[in-house]
Parts: sequence; C-alpha cells; structure tokens
Amino acid sequence: MFKNIGEIMLLFWRTLLALPQTWRQRQKVYDQFFEIGNASLLMVCVLSFFIGGVIALNFGPALVERSLASAVGGVVGLAIAKELAPVMMAILIAGRIGSAMAAEIGSMAVYQEVDALRTMNINPVHYLVLPRILAIAFALPLLVVFSVLVGWFGGAVVANYNHAMDIPFRVFFANLKDIVELKDVANGVFKSFCFALIIGTVSCHQGLTTIGGPRGIGRSVTKAVVNSIVLIVIFDYLLTRLLLK
Amino acid sequence: MNRSRPSTQGVDLIVRGLRKSFVGQEVLKGIDFAVRPGEIFVIMGPSGSGKSVLLKHLIGLETPDAGEILVNGDHISKPETAAKYRMALVFQSGALLNSLTVGENVGLYLAEHQLKSPEEIERIVGEKLADVGLNDVLHKMPSELSGGMKKRAAIARALVIDPQLILYDEPTSELDPVSAVVIGNEILDLQRRIGVTSIVVSHDRDLAFGVADRIAVIGEGRILTIGTPEEVKNFQDPLVQSFLNADFHREK
Repeated sequence: MFKNIGEIMLLFWRTLLALPQTWRQRQKVYDQFFEIGNASLLMVCVLSFFIGGVIALNFGPALVERSLASAVGGVVGLAIAKELAPVMMAILIAGRIGSAMAAEIGSMAVYQEVDALRTMNINPVHYLVLPRILAIAFALPLLVVFSVLVGWFGGAVVANYNHAMDIPFRVFFANLKDIVELKDVANGVFKSFCFALIIGTVSCHQGLTTIGGPRGIGRSVTKAVVNSIVLIVIFDYLLTRLLLK
Repeated sequence: MNRSRPSTQGVDLIVRGLRKSFVGQEVLKGIDFAVRPGEIFVIMGPSGSGKSVLLKHLIGLETPDAGEILVNGDHISKPETAAKYRMALVFQSGALLNSLTVGENVGLYLAEHQLKSPEEIERIVGEKLADVGLNDVLHKMPSELSGGMKKRAAIARALVIDPQLILYDEPTSELDPVSAVVIGNEILDLQRRIGVTSIVVSHDRDLAFGVADRIAVIGEGRILTIGTPEEVKNFQDPLVQSFLNADFHREK
C-alpha cells in the first residue's frame, strides 16, 4: 500500500514537472476535456436535480414543522454547494472517467504501446498523463458549478410543489441568497479541483502499472475507482476541516 | 549469403556480464556479446530462454541487476545515450497505438518531437510506408491491418527515426511463410540501403539462417554459442543441436 502511495505521489510530482509541456499537448487536453464533458453532462444534470430534490424532501418538512420554512433554501443551498455537489460529482467522475482512463492506459501498457512510446523517447507522463489530469482538473470544477445550480433548482422545485412544504421559488432563493455566500461555492469548487487531481493521478497510475491481460486491465479499473473514492472521502474530511478555519 | 557492404551508419553494441532476476528467478545469468556496426545479429533460443528480456535491456526498457550495455562506448542507462543515438524496437505485436491511424503512428516520433511540419511529416510517412511495401493504409486504423501489415507498419515507424540500431522482437511470429520472407527481405534490404545495425530476436530457424551475419544461441539464460550461421550449425553442443535440429518423428 505504501509503495502505491509513494508511486502515486511520484507520478503527481512528475506531472507537475511536465506542466511546461501543456501548450504542446493542448489538443490532447482539449480532446480529453470534451470527452469528459460529453460523457458526463447529462448524468450530472439528472443526478444533481434529484440530489437537490431529496435534500429538500428530507430537511424541508422537518424545518417547516418547526416554523423554519424560510431556512429551507439556505440548508439545501449550503449542503449542495459545500458538500454534496463536489463529493457526488467526484464519485460519479471517478466511476465514469477514472475507470475509462485506467482501462485505456492499462490496455496500452499491456499491449506494449507504452513501451513503444518510451522507445521513441516520448515520455508517457507528457503524452498520456498530463493531458488527462489537466482536462479533469478543468472539467470537474466546471461540472460542480453546473451541478450546484441544477441541484439548487431541483431543491426549489421539490420545496415548491411538495405539499408538506409549499415554499415559493422566490422565498426559497431569497433565503438561499441570504445564507449561501460565494465563499461557500468557492470552497466546494476548490475541493472538486483537489478531487480531480486525485482521480486523474490514481487512475493514470493504475493504468500505467497494469500487468497481465484483460484480467489485469479489469483489476486496474476496479482499483482505480475504489482507491479514488476512498481518497476522495478521506480528503473531503481533511479539506473541509482546513476550509473551516 | 553474399551481400555488398554498405557505408555503415550503424552503431556497435557491447553487452558485458548482464544478469537479471524476477521474483528470485534468474532469467539472464551473465550474458556477454558484441555486435559490430552494420551487422545483422540474430539471437536465437527456445521460448522462455530470456530472449525478449534481453532485448528489453538492449533498448533500455529494463534495468539489469548486474552488467553493462554500451552503445558506441556509451552506457545505455544514461539518458544522454538515448538522445545521442537513434534506436528503434520493432515489437512482436507491432505495438501500434490503436487509437491513432497508421499514418499518425508512423509519424508519431516526428510529430511529438516537433521535428518537421505536418506537410513534411505526411510526405515522410508516405515514403516510409512505401519503402516497406504499404500503400493506401495512411488513414486506416491498426485494427484494419493484417498481422504482416502491422509488422511492416511498425518497421516503417522505426525507419522514420532514421535509426542507427534496430531491434526486432520475433519479427516473423504469427506470420505465414510468404509474409515471413517479406519481413526477412525487409531486414536485409534495410541493412543494404542504410547500413543500420540490426539485432533480431527470433526462434525462427529459417529467418535466422537466411538473414544473419552472425547468430547467438541463448539457452537457460546463457549464451551457448556465437558465430556465423555455418559455425553455429556445426557447433557440437547437445542443447544447441536439439534446438537447431528439432523435428517431428512420424512412424512410417
């Protein structure tokens, strides 16, 4: 396990050192960015709408019973912006994009394509890892901003049409505006940026260290997703603690 | 085989005391040999004898536990050696990048190192593919090519580097006899035209005796013999003879 952590940190460091190559690799960054957005946007939309709805459904009636109907917008807004959107989107992207990264690079490693790059003096970190990590680091925060907006809308719809609440849109968003600050959204976006680096680095590392045939690729994909999610949850706590100060 | 000697641009390669173990199992047990500039040097041996592991060491993909590999006197493990000499490996499977077209694969080295303009790269790629007898495959995906075509495309990709040393890993495996002869002739033709040093790892006896200037037979992680095809054929060692003369015995 410690060897893996060390290798992941080393890969991340090598990616940082490769940052001056970004302009040269810009087409691959764009392709990956488009791929991530294209593959995830609809899913993000559906997921976020229902997350917003279920948070309103869980907390709304309890708050209304205690004459705190005006606080529903704030509770839903904060929960989504600070916690649910970054974490849920990171988990979604780990499953949807992290797995694809590990599978693609793993397949290249197994079928000697990575070795072929090395024999041509093409650094696999520059060619394969850097574009993927940069693309996910740009894409995930943007998806989180989108997710926050859709989540708020989902919460507002449920709060408005559910008979246990009957909170008008205007009241919901007025309260949300009073309680949620730009800093809260920025915290969520910052967390998602860190999660993106985790997903990208862990998935690329698993891909590059794949050995064996198709079974090895399958193992790498599973490990990439599971390890990413475990690290996301751990870093979520650490970052939340850090950002509370 | 009588061939005219080219004005060589190939490099020499010296391997001394090479040892490598994987999980406690010693695969290479002290390998020593030297390859002359412009020579076709074939390394033969049965499956599992350590040929492919040796080849990976020769191009710097593996690090030896002991011993050294020198290219024109420079240690292969030094990063500047890889930059100084142009070396290419033709993989057993071809190892073309499946997400790129054949043309993009062949021009990858030039494109990634930004050595030529896109128009120039397309021209060079077309030339190199024509050199190995591949036409109209520029925009095809590797999955659309046959095994022999993939290997020839891989040779074209190696040629783009304008190599001083080409290593071939089992270039005729999984090929029909006609395609195997085409690949063998390709190796000979390259040596004649550009004087490249070629190291061919193979267990194909026909290829080895057809193209080699010298042959090394490897067995159980050691070099059993080195010499001209004639010398190797006449080398009286039970392991070498059993490998070279393996045949079916059908009762009549």
